[in-house]
Amino acid sequence: MSDIVLETRGLTKRYGGVHALEDADFVLRKGEHVAVVGDNGAGKSTFVRQVTAVEQRTAGEIIFDGQPVHFAGPLDARQAGIETVFQTLALADDLDVPSNLFLGREIFKWKLGPFSWLDRKTMRDRTLEALKTTAVKIPNVDNPIRNMSGGQRQCVSIARTAAFASKLVIMDEPTAALGVQETAQVENIIRGLKDRGVPLILISHNLRQVFDLVDRIVVFRRGRIVANLRRDQTDGNDIVSYITGVKGGAENAA
Amino acid sequence: MAEASSHGLGGLKYDPAKRTRAPEWNVFFALVGIVLVFELLNRLQGGSFLFNMRDNVDAIFNQQRLDIMILQVAIIGIIALGVTQVIIIGGIDLSSGSVVGVTAMVTMSFAQTAMVNGNPNPKAIFGEWAMDLPVIVPIVIGLACGLIAGLINGLLVAYTKIPPFIATLGVMVSARGAAKWWSNGQPVSFPTESYGQLANGDLLGSVTFGLLSWDGQNPAVIFVVLAILFHVIMTYTLYGKRCYAIGSNEAAARMSGINVDRHKVLVYVIAGLLAAVAAVLLTSKNLTAQAGMGVMYELDAIAMAVIGGVSLAGGRGSIIGTVLGAAIFSVIISGFTSVKLDAYYQEMVKGAIIVGAVVLDQWRQRRSARS
Ligand SMILES: Nc1ncnc2c1ncn2[C@@H]1O[C@H](COP(=O)(O)OP(=O)(O)OP(=O)(O)O)[C@@H](O)[C@H]1O
Ligand SMILES: [Mg+2]
Repeated sequence: MSDIVLETRGLTKRYGGVHALEDADFVLRKGEHVAVVGDNGAGKSTFVRQVTAVEQRTAGEIIFDGQPVHFAGPLDARQAGIETVFQTLALADDLDVPSNLFLGREIFKWKLGPFSWLDRKTMRDRTLEALKTTAVKIPNVDNPIRNMSGGQRQCVSIARTAAFASKLVIMDEPTAALGVQETAQVENIIRGLKDRGVPLILISHNLRQVFDLVDRIVVFRRGRIVANLRRDQTDGNDIVSYITGVKGGAENAA
Repeated sequence: MAEASSHGLGGLKYDPAKRTRAPEWNVFFALVGIVLVFELLNRLQGGSFLFNMRDNVDAIFNQQRLDIMILQVAIIGIIALGVTQVIIIGGIDLSSGSVVGVTAMVTMSFAQTAMVNGNPNPKAIFGEWAMDLPVIVPIVIGLACGLIAGLINGLLVAYTKIPPFIATLGVMVSARGAAKWWSNGQPVSFPTESYGQLANGDLLGSVTFGLLSWDGQNPAVIFVVLAILFHVIMTYTLYGKRCYAIGSNEAAARMSGINVDRHKVLVYVIAGLLAAVAAVLLTSKNLTAQAGMGVMYELDAIAMAVIGGVSLAGGRGSIIGTVLGAAIFSVIISGFTSVKLDAYYQEMVKGAIIVGAVVLDQWRQRRSARS
């Protein structure tokens, strides 16, 4: 068995004439945490949307867990073990915390197609457990999340991902909307994933955070991967020059 | 800092004062208030609204007015139960009134009796074979009508991606046309005895509350049973959870693996079925069907839902809210009748209620966005 969790070969996405993602070759190994950085519009979220099958790729191959995959949609990807925090929050404002955590994977008392009876107590208990292990504290999980702060909502989203994490976690700018303390909390969740050996793709504009957390940094520029560097073999200035295009040709980490 | 960190590692703040009282309570208080206002207005004119006290001592309630209101709430309320679900998923159904019309015509054609007072049925649509059928036949045919209409709505909305407003507007116009075409605009009348009993009978037997007796209670009983059924479904089952999720954030629902399109079709089908139930009860009550039946019921039903706190933006509202909204709607309408406004004023008032309810909804949305 190879130790590669996720590999993309020549992954390409075009929106009409917009070449959002060109020929991306990407590798993620077991237990590895990799950051994806790049300017606004560089194609980072596009990359995530292809891997998670939120959109269908124009060309290229995705190999997950040793198998070439063609997920029909995000649910497929999730069932295969890819948990994602999307950049645009994928939460339902009018539902409470347990309903959001279990959206699309509800637990039932008994099953009867769409009229299956929800096991609300179990879902609520597991939600409290999940929030405990992730150190996210939300005093009243039974309120619609509409009434919660941006940071709390983001934490719900991240708790959902961390709680169900199995084979791969992807986070697209998880701390973009968060204050200093909430950011620290999310970073703790990420360290927890590292300890549990769950591989992670972290998209972030925060280079301090990237250098604190990950093993390897991949730089996107104008839809292409322009650098792939081990954290201990690079520094902030180096990364910035790749992001801005001062340095260009692709270099590869070992 | 100390204060914030008391809430957890991340210093998440949470204001328990923002815990909301169930909004249905507000609707309930509004209902009580409106009843009292009309009671007062009637007393000032020397009459009474819902409560009899002086001259009419054989009942506490004004039976006649109450009967009319209950019937109105029940039949349009059944439609509103479906409309509520459609609005919660972020849609709208303008077709329900016309679906009542066409379903009424078709259903009644299979509910006719052969002989009326010893003469052949003068309004017969079909031949002998369609006369005096068991009552289950017109019921099933009626439900099938509603199902087909709902299916058309649902498929249009889910798969052509045209706005629900337009899709159901088209069905509204076409269904009304079909209702008129069915018998060239002629009414269809003289149903079998058992068909007439559907709405005029009494499932609960003879019910009296003190001095008040309650006959022809079936529509109200059926409404209550359906309301409880859908309250349970919306609150405790996956179906309800999906409705709220879709109305709240359709993209998130899709991303969570909910088959949004299929669910939408199901919701519109259920709304169509409920409109058909209303059509069966309405024709049974009146012992006749006319192509113009149910005109504007869709707006009444939407108004009931919106008054009851169902947000046109989707995601928010409840069956209980709609039941209370239906009661308020009916109280206001008969309230204005009771203070002797003529029919034209009533329609104008109705229009104002509908607009007012939507303004209220917008206001509620803005307020909750701010908080
Ligand atoms: N659905 C779409 N249709 C057309 N163009 C799109 C679409 N989605 C993304 N793009 C374009 O693709 C490019 C890459 O977008 P993407 O969202 O991947 O950027 P990003 O690297 O995630 O940026 P950010 O840091 O701002 O999140 C952008 O130029 C964007 O405008
Ligand atoms: Mg992005």
